Amino acid sequence: MKTAVIIFPGSNRDRDMFAALELITGSRPQSIWHGEATLPDVDLVVVPGGFSYGDYLRSGAIAARSPILKDLVSKAEKGVTVLGVCNGFQILTEAGLLPGALMRNAGLNFVCKEVLLETVTDATRFSGKFQKGQVWRCPVAHHDGNYFADAETLKSIEDNGQVVFRYADGTNPNGSLNNIAGVMNAKGNVLGMMPHPENLVEPLHGGLDGRLIFESILAAA
Amino acid sequence: MGLLVYGEPHSCLSGLTAALKALENRIMKARVIVTLKNGVLDPQGKAIEGALGGLGFDGVGSVRQGKVFDVELTGADAAAAKANLEQMCEKLLANTVIENYAIEIV
Repeated sequence: MKTAVIIFPGSNRDRDMFAALELITGSRPQSIWHGEATLPDVDLVVVPGGFSYGDYLRSGAIAARSPILKDLVSKAEKGVTVLGVCNGFQILTEAGLLPGALMRNAGLNFVCKEVLLETVTDATRFSGKFQKGQVWRCPVAHHDGNYFADAETLKSIEDNGQVVFRYADGTNPNGSLNNIAGVMNAKGNVLGMMPHPENLVEPLHGGLDGRLIFESILAAA
Repeated sequence: MGLLVYGEPHSCLSGLTAALKALENRIMKARVIVTLKNGVLDPQGKAIEGALGGLGFDGVGSVRQGKVFDVELTGADAAAAKANLEQMCEKLLANTVIENYAIEIV
């Protein structure tokens, strides 16, 4: 599987994502600077975590207007798989590729800890290797992860099965509505999630739970 | 505008051109105010509200935090400037999923 990672000024989880992708796909991802005009032909484009543009204006807002986003939107429309993690999730919502918005954590604190995620559906290209209802460990590290969407949007993403991961009962770290941790677009080829699956993929990380996301994408490619 | 030109017509015309140019390049000042929509939880506003109470300010019903952008624009057409600012708000200054905006030409 061919992959690419987009790098913005202020991205800081790009190397973690690189290592995870290389480990799981067996080939080196391409790194794409945000100022480029086009993405290479790949099966998966990842928008990694970090603090692009120092979170100025709103988290992900400036990065979402970067030159490369035009091609990302067009590739997403053509059905290419896109994964946004943490700041990547914020960027994808700001770019209009995903519904809703990510606001300041309800408790106002930056949260850096491990949470439990529940896999809401296994019928997606991002979750095929999970069991429906499976609860798994995943680290989070963010200040603006509080998922918000208006009532109508919330109902439609729930009804359409676009909510892929929820914080398991009692572990919602940020006040997200409906405990939403990861959400897809209507077409099902773009996923954004606040937790960092790339940080739980080898024994030294203390677990391998995060691998299942990448293995799901690999199996579906 | 009275144009009583008895001599040096060229210098007078160039003065007029310069005046028109200055009008075109006039700096217009605008203020854009971005606020959270009703019903969107504002934890920062809540924290500020609590801190005001802690300082002994009584009677603060609620506080909502927003943003102000002071924008300088060149041009003399206020309507065109306002239309331009609306596009800026829709495309960048506000996230219309969670925020409203208001534009004032000042």
